[in-house]
Amino acid sequence: MSFDWEAEAPKMTMLLYGIVAFLAIIGVLLLVLDRVSGRKDRWVALGFLAPAVIMLTIGLIIPAIRTLAFSFMNGDSTQFVGLQNYLWMFAQEESRIVLRNTLLWVLLVPSVATTVGLVYAVLVDRARFESVAKALIFMPMAISFVGAGIIWKFIYAYRSAEQGEQIGLLNQIVVWLGGTPQNWLLEEGPNTFFLIAVLIWIQAGFAMVVLSAAIKAIPAEITEAARIDGVTPWQMFWRVTVPSIRPALLVVLVTISIATLKVFDIVRTMTAGNFKTSVIANEMYSQAFVAGDNGRSSALAVFLFILVMPIVFYQIRQIRRRRQEAM
Amino acid sequence: MATVTYAQASRHYPGTERPAVDKLDLEIRDGEFLVLVGPSGCGKSTSLRMLAGLEDVDNGAIYINDKDVTNLPPKSRDIAMVFQNYALYPHMTVYENMAFALKLRKTPKSEIDVRVKKAAQMLQLEDYLNRKPKALSGGQRQRVAMGRAIVREPQVFLMDEPLSNLDAKLRVQTRSQIASLQSQLGITTVYVTHDQIEAMTMGHRVAVLLDGVLQQCDTPRALYDTPANVFVAGFIGSPAMNIKTVALTDEGAIFGQMILPLSRDQIAKARAEGGDGKVTVGFRPEECELVSATEGGMPIVVDLVEDLGSGANVYGHAAINGDSERFVVATDRRTMPNLGDTVFVKPRTDHHHAFHATTGVRI
Repeated sequence: MSFDWEAEAPKMTMLLYGIVAFLAIIGVLLLVLDRVSGRKDRWVALGFLAPAVIMLTIGLIIPAIRTLAFSFMNGDSTQFVGLQNYLWMFAQEESRIVLRNTLLWVLLVPSVATTVGLVYAVLVDRARFESVAKALIFMPMAISFVGAGIIWKFIYAYRSAEQGEQIGLLNQIVVWLGGTPQNWLLEEGPNTFFLIAVLIWIQAGFAMVVLSAAIKAIPAEITEAARIDGVTPWQMFWRVTVPSIRPALLVVLVTISIATLKVFDIVRTMTAGNFKTSVIANEMYSQAFVAGDNGRSSALAVFLFILVMPIVFYQIRQIRRRRQEAM
Repeated sequence: MATVTYAQASRHYPGTERPAVDKLDLEIRDGEFLVLVGPSGCGKSTSLRMLAGLEDVDNGAIYINDKDVTNLPPKSRDIAMVFQNYALYPHMTVYENMAFALKLRKTPKSEIDVRVKKAAQMLQLEDYLNRKPKALSGGQRQRVAMGRAIVREPQVFLMDEPLSNLDAKLRVQTRSQIASLQSQLGITTVYVTHDQIEAMTMGHRVAVLLDGVLQQCDTPRALYDTPANVFVAGFIGSPAMNIKTVALTDEGAIFGQMILPLSRDQIAKARAEGGDGKVTVGFRPEECELVSATEGGMPIVVDLVEDLGSGANVYGHAAINGDSERFVVATDRRTMPNLGDTVFVKPRTDHHHAFHATTGVRI
């Protein structure tokens, strides 16, 4: 396929305009700074902060305020409706399922992924095949959520008897074991767990890498002292290893929790939130762009924000405290 | 209350040419304070870790109380160890650190409490029991590490350079505390250090190692008076012994115009086994005198004087058989020479040591 210069020309021109405008702004900014820098530090600070402040205002602050406002308005944002959108969120059966699913995700993914990552990190620590074993479990981290969703959709894929042989790994295993194949993603109830497994598969690698590094940072003398003190491997794990890597464990749990609260791609690509598998972020998208209800969508967004905030605050406080301890 | 025996114990790390510890034979008596000393890489720490069970024994065996512990895990050996970096559990308080091993052994709580409090009292740690190691000074951490070993009431104490992270003054102070604590408790102790002063002041006996081989194991006094070979002679004592390999005559060793007399027996031994008309002779800086020109001393040009207050170390050089050789002499403050002076050095009668010129063995 040849590149059609004529058809693409307007785009190219736009791109050129963009680059020129960008360079012009930076140039003017630097020029202005150069003029005033001799006089006042405040102007210099303002000059450097301005681009960031402007972009944050346009990209973050204004949308946040608008979202908050929309959440108290009706579907097409023309009328103020008070708390109605929030009441809908907690009163309606289908939206309650969304909240329940999100709760399941947040409870299961961080705990299971961290546990799997930790156990794996301890088991392969100083094994001969350690780097290979770690690469294997870390690899899913390199796959996008959408890619992972598609891969796992194939794993759960179902063919009815007329369609012939099973192409899904899980169903083929079931067939080999003598069972009847199921359409896993349609099984309301269990299907949410099948989706949760995907995120665990991705996040366990992250947990493993961080925790493995933390385990290696435990001084050898401490584990030797513990061996002389007479710990069993089990006691070594619970009384020496785990307390020593507590900060890393918290970081991993919090990071995965935040990622889980925001999960969207996996649900979108695998079930699109149907069959009672939707979560807040997916429902937010569906309400806004499928149902066209800005109000409900915004209310969900605000609620998600409120859920994430305390975790983020906690994480920041932990980081700050650690920095103070280090000093 | 235990004896420790190394029987031809060896440790050979895979991929290295020579063993880290080579056929170590050592018997440590009940209640003894034995110090393993040597330069870095001599295998002293490895020997200790073999006894602790942290290092495999490739050949030979190790016994505690005639019980073969060669293949037992550390916890079955009833030993306690003090590490160089103390290895305190950072997430536990001082009390929990000391109580940990007892807790693992399911000792009753009341007894743990009694033992921890007693050890804390011995080590002046009572005020710090609820602190985390992070909130302690280096000296306090060191004492907690000691306390953790003491509460165990083990068969053997193992200490791996426990003082090397303390400042010089605290080290001297703690040195005497550990020695008196050990004699008070009467627990057999194996102590590793690279510092020969620690070795000499603390040990009932001192084992000197070099390149994984035991050179000599004896009382500090015997190591000082009758070093078994050139290495021990040079390693023990500060400043180090003046050791030179010089020509041998029928009367003795020739240092320029000065002849250090050797016995007929020594001369015969020096000439055997390819001695090649040479002999290695050493004399300690503190066992020689500065004499006047007429008393038959060796003339030395002074390069450096270290004034220690109580006395001085005089460093100088002398031409012996055409070569310039360096010497150290310890003098008292009244006879301190100036830089560039020529002084005459004479070892005290019968206070020099003779070694075979090629094998280095004492003769």
